[in-house]
Amino acid sequence: MNQKLMLLGDEAIAQAAIDAGISGIYAYPGTPSTEITEYVIQSAEAKSGKIRAGWSTNEKTAMESALGMSYAGKRVMVCMKHVGLNVAADPFMNSAITGANGGLIVVSADDPSMHSSQNEQDSRVYGQFALLPILEPTSQQDAYDMVHYGFDMSEKLGVPVLMRITTRLAHSRAGVVRKPTRLQNEIHLPEDHRQFILLPSNARRQYKTLLQKQEVFEKYALESGFNVFSDGENKELGIITTGIAYNYLLENYPDRIIPFPVLKIAQYPVPHSMVAEIYNSCEKLLILEEGYPILEESIKGFLNTGKTVRGRLDGTVPRDGELNPNIVALALGMHDTRGIDIPSIVVGRPPSLCKGCPHIYSYNALNEALEVFSKGRVFSDIGCYTLGALDPFDAINTCVDMGASITMAKGAADAGLHPAVAVIGDSTFTHSGITGLIDCVKDKSQIMIMILDNETTAMTGGQDSSAFGRIEDICLGVGVKKEHIFILDPSPKSHKENLAILNQELCYEGVSVIIPRRECIQTSIRHHKEHQKSEALLSEN
Amino acid sequence: MKRDIILAGVGGQGILSIATTIGTAALHTGLHLKQAEVHGMSQRGGDVSSNLRIADHEIASDLIPYGKADLIISVEPMESLRYLPLLAPGGWLITSTKPFINIPNYPEMDKLIMEIEHIHNHIALDADEIARKLGSARSANMVILGAASPFLEIEYSELQDAIRQIFEKKGEEIIAMNLNALQAGRDFAETHMN
Repeated sequence: MNQKLMLLGDEAIAQAAIDAGISGIYAYPGTPSTEITEYVIQSAEAKSGKIRAGWSTNEKTAMESALGMSYAGKRVMVCMKHVGLNVAADPFMNSAITGANGGLIVVSADDPSMHSSQNEQDSRVYGQFALLPILEPTSQQDAYDMVHYGFDMSEKLGVPVLMRITTRLAHSRAGVVRKPTRLQNEIHLPEDHRQFILLPSNARRQYKTLLQKQEVFEKYALESGFNVFSDGENKELGIITTGIAYNYLLENYPDRIIPFPVLKIAQYPVPHSMVAEIYNSCEKLLILEEGYPILEESIKGFLNTGKTVRGRLDGTVPRDGELNPNIVALALGMHDTRGIDIPSIVVGRPPSLCKGCPHIYSYNALNEALEVFSKGRVFSDIGCYTLGALDPFDAINTCVDMGASITMAKGAADAGLHPAVAVIGDSTFTHSGITGLIDCVKDKSQIMIMILDNETTAMTGGQDSSAFGRIEDICLGVGVKKEHIFILDPSPKSHKENLAILNQELCYEGVSVIIPRRECIQTSIRHHKEHQKSEALLSEN
Repeated sequence: MKRDIILAGVGGQGILSIATTIGTAALHTGLHLKQAEVHGMSQRGGDVSSNLRIADHEIASDLIPYGKADLIISVEPMESLRYLPLLAPGGWLITSTKPFINIPNYPEMDKLIMEIEHIHNHIALDADEIARKLGSARSANMVILGAASPFLEIEYSELQDAIRQIFEKKGEEIIAMNLNALQAGRDFAETHMN
């Protein structure tokens, strides 16, 4: 039990959830959160404990399923990337009003600097918006310990708890020591049978209860030991860090002795007394936050009439992007340790579609079919195929949020842009594309939708796609005409045939759905290897 | 003692196999370790790097500060240069010279080699060629690790043990192949260090 495991931050959270006695984990894959759920899916302990582990169709269905499991009295975790919390926002916000029964932790993994994302929104804003406690681990061990603590708090206080992590913690490995495991809960329904009925009369009462709990949340944050004040001799400056910013601060003091008073924040709501102490005892403050300047803004206040507060708002720290030890060093007035410049002959190497990827042939056909029209007609979506924006394809014109391809193409078609084309992947289609398709069918919108079916959720590493083998059935089911649904083979040998179908459907004055279908090259290689392995095993026996 | 290492390459080249081997050896020696990896979009043929930090004391940051990396270990020549701002004065650059060309504007090889030779402490070797001559083309990454091994401040035998442990299930032949590759890289480094 005391042996150190080398775990990614994501894996530490997953192992902790298993050890803390969850009965289920729900998620939709999204970088940098994917490895949490993947770990539980692959865990032998989770299997033997019959923990429900798998992918949901989207973050909203995941959040609601988790709330249902909490309603039934069992411990449960739900995971997503930061923009996934936008999709789950409705149930998330309302789960604060219903409260939790079995322990419920919502993990949202933020991606400052947008390594694999379309924005760098800070999930702590959602936590504050929902008036829920937030945990923000500063290390992999912290992440592990906080999951245990979070489930305890969730069950004692009867509320969901938000855990916010960022890319560097999620995808960095360090030693983690496990705690004793806990048994799963038995089914037990909420004592108050009206707790989960958010009729206005109940919701008003529940909301007041949530407001009353704020003081208790702050007391927990004061007493848990995760928020730490350490005094320093030099009171010219006081430093407040949130999340992993603390590590970058510490990195700049090799002997680990910081001359200034430091308040390390890892649990919210931030205790007022702790901030008051450092504010009152120091001449000025430096706020180091991995994410939005949330704490900085609140300490500064609207009128900024108090002491000098330095941070992201006054330019001491860049307003955007993730932190690193050097940004913190410069904010402390230390000298720049940057080494030799990158030689000018080094060029960018953007990600690209894999050799043999089916999307290549879908884009080749689409580009050729659209040659006769002016540019700017292709509305795309989130997935590997977003790389169609880059050379040599230059094939798409939008990528906004999960499912926006179909609905934006519809809006443009409604505005008179004909032809308008939507390009969406199979998993993104089931995540958020179907509802848009229903709008199109209802309005008889003149659009051509290409559902690039590679039979997996490829960008995040090949997770199951919810509607595997059922894409055309779904389209038929929501009312697309059978004669305007086409399955294509996205490969060079079918190019002519594919082109003919695209040319024909681009002229159709209604909803047409084209489904180029071939398995992702990566999962196909993996499946082939697995198949070979099992064949070899069989022949050995 | 501390060794801050940048591992560099192109998504799909398997730089994490080098990290895993060093990490296994470091942990067995009782050292602390932090390793920041790249997952997600860049894995699709883009530039990827990993920050591997080992030390005999607690490590604070998951990221190596600029100008503090003791080593850049790269499996691709252009990628080895991308992380120079992180290299400490006097740090070592160990790189394969075998280019991975998946972009139309890849720089000319002789200019790349010139830039690599500008770095005072460098080891540049065609790891693929060395691995192929050994009859184990897939062990090129172990050749690179071998070339980096004199600078790791980890006993060479610990690296050998780590390889034995990692490839245990794959059989003696695979273990021997990787150990040979490791040794070939080390031999190259030892004859080219000055």
